[in-house]
Amino acid sequence: MELASIYRTEYGRCVATLVRLLGDINLAEEAVQDAFAAALEKWEIPPPNPGAWIVTTARNRAIDRLRRESTREARHAQALLLHQQDEPQEVGPVTDDQLRLIFTCCHPALAPDARTALTLRLLGGLEVPEIARAYLVPEATIAQRIVRAKKKIRDAGIPYRVPAAHELPDRLPPVLTVLYLMFNEGYTATTGPLIRVDLCTEAIRLARELVALMPDEPEALGLLALLLLTEARRPARLSPAGELVLLPDQERSLWNRTQIAEGHDLVRRCLRRNQPGPYQIQAAINAVHTDGAGTDWIQILALYDQLLTLMPTPVVVLNRAVAVAEVHGPAAALAELAAVELPGYHLLAATRADLLARLGRDTAAAAAYDQAIALATNETERAFLQTRRARLDPQTED
Amino acid sequence: MKQYLLAVHSVEGAPTRSDEDTQIAYGRVDKINNELQATGAWVFGGGLLPPDSATVVRVENGKTTMTDGPFAETKEQLGGFWVVQCADLDEALAWAEKCAEACMEPVEVRPFQG
Repeated sequence: MELASIYRTEYGRCVATLVRLLGDINLAEEAVQDAFAAALEKWEIPPPNPGAWIVTTARNRAIDRLRRESTREARHAQALLLHQQDEPQEVGPVTDDQLRLIFTCCHPALAPDARTALTLRLLGGLEVPEIARAYLVPEATIAQRIVRAKKKIRDAGIPYRVPAAHELPDRLPPVLTVLYLMFNEGYTATTGPLIRVDLCTEAIRLARELVALMPDEPEALGLLALLLLTEARRPARLSPAGELVLLPDQERSLWNRTQIAEGHDLVRRCLRRNQPGPYQIQAAINAVHTDGAGTDWIQILALYDQLLTLMPTPVVVLNRAVAVAEVHGPAAALAELAAVELPGYHLLAATRADLLARLGRDTAAAAAYDQAIALATNETERAFLQTRRARLDPQTED
Repeated sequence: MKQYLLAVHSVEGAPTRSDEDTQIAYGRVDKINNELQATGAWVFGGGLLPPDSATVVRVENGKTTMTDGPFAETKEQLGGFWVVQCADLDEALAWAEKCAEACMEPVEVRPFQG
């Protein structure tokens, strides 16, 4: 239904503008929802600029409602609103209001779970049930996170503003993290179907807006590139039977060429800027993976070396080890993993299993696959691991 | 303008600071106090004597009891605090960062009611 799709695209933009006008998220949401209810009644076909209609209507209804209320908050909001009466109403393709709102939703004073839920609700326009389904968490939990976050914003006085340049080094990373986690959850869902397309689409859309709003922030470009280059491979990720297909085995003709081209272009822009950062490097790695017929593992290993200096985490060591195996052989890679500890992370066990299998050490490989299978929470991934395990012959001497 | 409590928490049993470090901390705190006053953010502030010096007063059913020692029987104790007035949380957090660095201890930022 057309209104539903307009709601999805316009909600975040309109709420963001109303937050600026009213200075309060709840009031802003109520106003926008009111306006959409009116749209449902009044629109025979949507107007040419639905967003502007919604904002105007929301503002007028908010003024009416505030006039009728006498609480201090209402008076304050009314004053704010009337003061901004003369400002031109712009609901352009991308607005500072949205940027303000993203940074508010991703404020470090809010709990990480709350940041994601709030961003999806306010900027993504997703309803609470949709968010709950995406994270496979009860609706009441998501609802509570959002309520608490809004309350914290109000009670603690978290301001609605884009951080100043000198604050960005601290404030931008949480925004990028929220978008990355959102995409990641969509791409490799914790449980249930492996891929939740709407989360991926939403993350990319917001990452794109971030780039439009901050075209000089290389990590923002890097994140968008990373998401696009990963998303581009999605059509090849599952076989027609719904089984997981790893990168080396994927049908490359199924990859989305437009997204790959855009991703590569963004990576080139980042390289020219020469201000490397973790997202840019991860994007570059994915650019190499999606470049041409073969895979330049030497270049990938070099990029992982660079990533490791910026992000010396066990997960990076693990991912780098995969590249080490391609360049220096599985034994060298296993040695790299000897000291890595990632309790509960099935991909560590799965990687070890694969390396051991390549060395013909089937007994040890089987044990590692068993470990991975026990830890995997996603059914599709688990089925894949079971298939791999079944190919082994654990009677073979190590 | 909102008012915020910036509470410095010390951990009991943590290695006692050297005299030199304590002097450094005092110096930094002095500097912050001057800045707070100069910018108009200062409302009140001070360091507290250790928890041993505390007394807890309770009134239950019209009866008053007094106990020696701090209220919270935890390892973390309140070491001192500031009350600041700021436009928003970001300003309060910026002060808290300076305070936490100066005191070399975590600082909790809590908004006042109203």
